Amino acid sequence: MKYTLLGKVIKQSGLLLVAGSMLLGVTTLQAEIKPAVVYDTAGKFDKSFNEAVFRNGVLKFKADTGIRVTEIEPTNSTQREQSLKKLAKRGHGPIVAVGFSMASAIESAAKAYPDTHFTIIDMVVGLPNVQSVVFKEHEGSFLVGVLAAMKSETGVVGFVGGMDIPLIRRFACGYEQGAKYQNNNIEILQNMTGSTGAAWNNPTKGGELTRSQIEAGADVVYAAAGGTGIGVYQAAADLGKYAIGVDSNQNYMQPGTMLTSMVKRVGDASYNSWQAGLDGNWKAGFQALGLAEGGVDWALDEHNRELVTAAMEARVNDVKAKIIAGDITVHDYMSDNTCAAPQGINFSN
Amino acid sequence: MNRDTRINWINRLILPVLNVLTAFAATAIIFVIIGVDPIEAAEILLYGAFGYQEGLGYTLYYATNFIFTGLAVAVAFNAGLFNIGGEGQAYIGGLGTALIIFAIDPNTSAWIFIPASILGGLLFGALWALVPAYLQAYRGSHIVITTIMFNFLASSLMVYMLVNVLREPGNMSPESQLFPQNSWFPFIHDLSTNFGFVMEESPLNVSLFVALFFAVIVWILIWHTRLGYSLRATGLNSEAAIYAGIKPKRIILITMCISGALAGLVGINELVGYQHRIIMDFHFGYGFGGIAVALMGRNHPIGIIIAALLFGVLYQGGAELAFELSNISRDIVVVMQGLIILFCGALQYMYKPWVINALAPIQKES
Repeated sequence: MKYTLLGKVIKQSGLLLVAGSMLLGVTTLQAEIKPAVVYDTAGKFDKSFNEAVFRNGVLKFKADTGIRVTEIEPTNSTQREQSLKKLAKRGHGPIVAVGFSMASAIESAAKAYPDTHFTIIDMVVGLPNVQSVVFKEHEGSFLVGVLAAMKSETGVVGFVGGMDIPLIRRFACGYEQGAKYQNNNIEILQNMTGSTGAAWNNPTKGGELTRSQIEAGADVVYAAAGGTGIGVYQAAADLGKYAIGVDSNQNYMQPGTMLTSMVKRVGDASYNSWQAGLDGNWKAGFQALGLAEGGVDWALDEHNRELVTAAMEARVNDVKAKIIAGDITVHDYMSDNTCAAPQGINFSN
Repeated sequence: MNRDTRINWINRLILPVLNVLTAFAATAIIFVIIGVDPIEAAEILLYGAFGYQEGLGYTLYYATNFIFTGLAVAVAFNAGLFNIGGEGQAYIGGLGTALIIFAIDPNTSAWIFIPASILGGLLFGALWALVPAYLQAYRGSHIVITTIMFNFLASSLMVYMLVNVLREPGNMSPESQLFPQNSWFPFIHDLSTNFGFVMEESPLNVSLFVALFFAVIVWILIWHTRLGYSLRATGLNSEAAIYAGIKPKRIILITMCISGALAGLVGINELVGYQHRIIMDFHFGYGFGGIAVALMGRNHPIGIIIAALLFGVLYQGGAELAFELSNISRDIVVVMQGLIILFCGALQYMYKPWVINALAPIQKES
């Protein structure tokens, strides 16, 4: 009797085990990922960098897969790390952190949660569970530099940067090379808005810098300054000159005076990270996305169609093809922290 | 209880509680308008702030900052000075702490590092308050104007220091390199592990005890020392104080230095306690928050500790709220703080006539 009872128990528990494992199997098949994003302290509606992640990443991912992406906007530096860790603890992943200022927070969160997948944009963090996505902004800036030089009648073009960091100098340096590639005698005026994070969100100062550059002769001004750019585009529109947007396609913001935008596909990078998480082929490591990978590009749409002539379009696309083919190598400021005379570029036209 | 003590208790306890409740009621109305269940929101907020060890740790960590700045404002306020410069003093105090830490040999024992970093914060905070104090005492420039201007000066100076002097080479963010490990204040969760309790990790560190220690010091100083007496006498009537042999100008200098020194300790909690490096804007909002904390706490250390806790709850619980509910953005937390400051600061005596009529009416002589 005893034995049969025991046998029964074993049988039943065995059945339970089988049933349990089947259930588990089913759930792993249906398992959904819990993607998340932590924006920079500038906030998600900056019309530029963070917003690109929101519109082309978060919204698109939701539309395509039906999976909601949890979004966090930290207000101070303590909350960056706090929210990353809390997301990891709740089983979220892949978690995308937007911007270089997240680096130290990612480092400590990734060490604390080694099984969670993190993706950081614009910075490299060398940990086995971190994917670092950086962009070759110099290549995209080179293209808009060519375009600016073609559009300029005065032979002077301007650049307004946000925070004075090597990353933004990389934009400036690429732009300078592109403009000079088109017109070796062109003059490039450069200003940085500030040296702190506040420089990303100071449209007033952006407008003032633009006005002074235009007074000094510039008739195309390129902004790589996050929310500060709004003031740059406004000032250019007020004075009837041209501006070039950055990160998102900002052509719609001042239609008629926005020459183009240097698009940096941060949204796609976030989207790809989540998609890879969903497909189960997410990989840590380092990616540098340039023109060839479609990570950066110039924007042509109904808002700037009339400003870009067929000749300009052909020229820019020709330069783009040459960069992709490797015929033109754009110098990267961050490789040696100088914007030396570009090597291997033929200035004659 | 006679009428005076009743009025005293009304001022100290009943009015602040009523004001906070009004602020919460106003917040609840806003929540209903934006389509959030206020009961659910309150539950999330309170759970986030107290419900689990990590949340509680963050609450107390934020509260520590508010205790320092609240005490700073209160000391000045008792001498009749309105120190708006807590923001700048906290920032520069952090600079002092960092400079001292970097000046000391990294292998020095923690027993040297801890007092040295506290002294650095006290000293630089005090020095930053000394100039406005001197201008107020001897040149008649109003302290409100000068301290608020010094906030901007502090901010510019720190940008220069962080970008050009302290920034770690190769780092794009304006941050210094890590402090030597010996200088780090122990985390509470590490200490408790040593005593056999396992606690969840949080940024809460021993700075909380430093803050409570200074709360006691402030209490003794203001109500139980000769200096405290002179300070309060100057605050009540500086002309009259002269006849008691008090020199108001000297008192202004000393009071402001104490006030600035206390604000300068924010860096202890933020930098030495948690970030372990000096970063941009670590002080942001605590200096101004300290004014509200001191107002709510009626410029008394016990009241300040309670009010600081409330602000800690708002910071941590508010972050939790923005985390849990997708239709609440981080700006709602600012709205809640604004309402509390509005009702506890600007409208602090709104209910007073009614409450006094109800609880302590004037007795008619029979």
